[in-house]
Amino acid sequence: MSQTERYLLTRANIEGAHQLAVAEKHGAYEALRKVLKEGIPYSTVIDEVKKSGLRGRGGAGFSTGMKWTFMPDPAKDPRPRYLAVNADESEPGTCKDRVIMQRDPHGFVEGVLLAAYAIRAQAAYIYVRGEYRLPHDRVKAAIEEARAKNLVGKNILGSDFSCEVYMHRGGGAYICGEETGLMESLEGKRGHPRPKPPFPAMFGLWGQPTTVNNVETVFNVPFIMNRGSAWFASLGTANSKGNFLCGISGHVNKPGVYEFSFGITAKEILEQHAGGMWKGRGLKAWFPGGSSCSLLKGADIDVVLDHDSLRTRGSSLGTAAMIMIDDHTSMARVMEIISRFYDHESCGQCSQCREGTQWLSQIFRRIAHGKGKADDVATLEALAKGMAPGKTICALSDAAAIPTLSAVRLFKDELIECVTRQADPLAVPQPHYAVAGGHH
Amino acid sequence: MALEANLVAEFDQLAKNYPEKRAIMMLALHRLQDVRGWLSPEALEDLAAYLGMEPVEVFGVASFYPMYRLRPCGQHVVSICHNISCDLRGAQDIVAAVCEATGAPLHGTSPDGKFTVTTVECAGACANAPMFDLDGVYHEDLTPEKAKQIVRSVK
Repeated sequence: MSQTERYLLTRANIEGAHQLAVAEKHGAYEALRKVLKEGIPYSTVIDEVKKSGLRGRGGAGFSTGMKWTFMPDPAKDPRPRYLAVNADESEPGTCKDRVIMQRDPHGFVEGVLLAAYAIRAQAAYIYVRGEYRLPHDRVKAAIEEARAKNLVGKNILGSDFSCEVYMHRGGGAYICGEETGLMESLEGKRGHPRPKPPFPAMFGLWGQPTTVNNVETVFNVPFIMNRGSAWFASLGTANSKGNFLCGISGHVNKPGVYEFSFGITAKEILEQHAGGMWKGRGLKAWFPGGSSCSLLKGADIDVVLDHDSLRTRGSSLGTAAMIMIDDHTSMARVMEIISRFYDHESCGQCSQCREGTQWLSQIFRRIAHGKGKADDVATLEALAKGMAPGKTICALSDAAAIPTLSAVRLFKDELIECVTRQADPLAVPQPHYAVAGGHH
Repeated sequence: MALEANLVAEFDQLAKNYPEKRAIMMLALHRLQDVRGWLSPEALEDLAAYLGMEPVEVFGVASFYPMYRLRPCGQHVVSICHNISCDLRGAQDIVAAVCEATGAPLHGTSPDGKFTVTTVECAGACANAPMFDLDGVYHEDLTPEKAKQIVRSVK
């Protein structure tokens, strides 16, 4: 279908769209008004979203409509129920939800309300990563503006739908982007993921039925309700519908957050939109969907961006955050940083992850610094295989193991050369600065 | 010392948004840090007393999250992203430039107490790398020169 039809950032690109008056002039809250005025039942909203083929934009790509049906029937289970919105965006390379919250907070709040309506939640908590102050302030101000116009709160627009929307802030921990870690944090605890089952739909926030949705996911819902599931399903490919926000970062001329329909090739994004690789260099490797997915080689740039196509290349769509790495870059250095990140972010509950991420980080570090040991590359592989898949409470361990295994598979010779030479031939001299103690 | 009266009023109000008072923890720690500059053992004890919890429970939460500062810091805090997208575009040069311009060692405070400089993992500004956060405001698309200029213009 059309690669040029855009809808996600249309309003966001209008000056002042974070204010209600401007946002409403450009269609904000139209879908909510339609649903409430016409009395469209919640089950119809769920059906429409199911039919649209919308899949979660937070990384896992699960069917949103399907997720909503996991919530228990309120007639049989009258407990309070919640929507938690995952705005903890912290996957390296990912910077799309920030654009939505900062530039179209009303469109986002409308999406939150429609999702809450669909699951019949009486309150929605938006968990924003602590560093995102401006996005937080914009959404908070939008909620207040909307509340003053009876778009949030009791009996919204005179209907029998009541929903409070609250802002919550994180504290800089990646693990709180994991849905059960997020819920623990929201309850005022350390962000330790919970074993599943029980699943959030049965035992979520404060033990009550809860759905956790990503920012961009709920942001799509008003468009689906306005224009219909058939329109939405006409965009994209067989199993990946609609448009998505793609962050492209690293060694490109025009990094940015762009909107595309699924089905575009990574090559077109790189060359037609991101201005190609910088300094006229070649593409050595890239992450198609954040640092938790498998690395791909430069030659894989012809791949179509959607869930199925990336799987056939041995990687995944993740958060559609493309991180591009040029051919002057040391992969030992890249993996030193990636593995340091997971070591820093492991919550420490599971041994495989707590110990494994530390080991990976130490080994990549010494390889990158010319101190690798003879069997280090084999050890990396053995360690990563012991960390995943599905060996721990949550997927952070997998997220550290997956890029490691891909690096060892694709760049084994380069890593081994660093070890045998006791030097990284591609190392760039690092600037000198003093490091004090006291960092925790 | 007990919690400041205005914080008590604010926290009482916040607590109405949640079925359990404890859920205000993250927000309360942020506010307390804003007001007092860092989260001293006394600050954590004050919050614990307000929440009706043991101080160690509050410490347990605060120590889990990198944004909460459990040690005194400079008047201004520069947090430089050093994750992959920023590193690929020269984050290390930004670290060197900021340390030079502020006189602070990395993960330390300048002798005049004005700046604390630290690195952070991905701050979600990958398409505008490299970047740092200065007292809660993002500065993006940095060059070492621009970085120095920004910290030097801080009063």
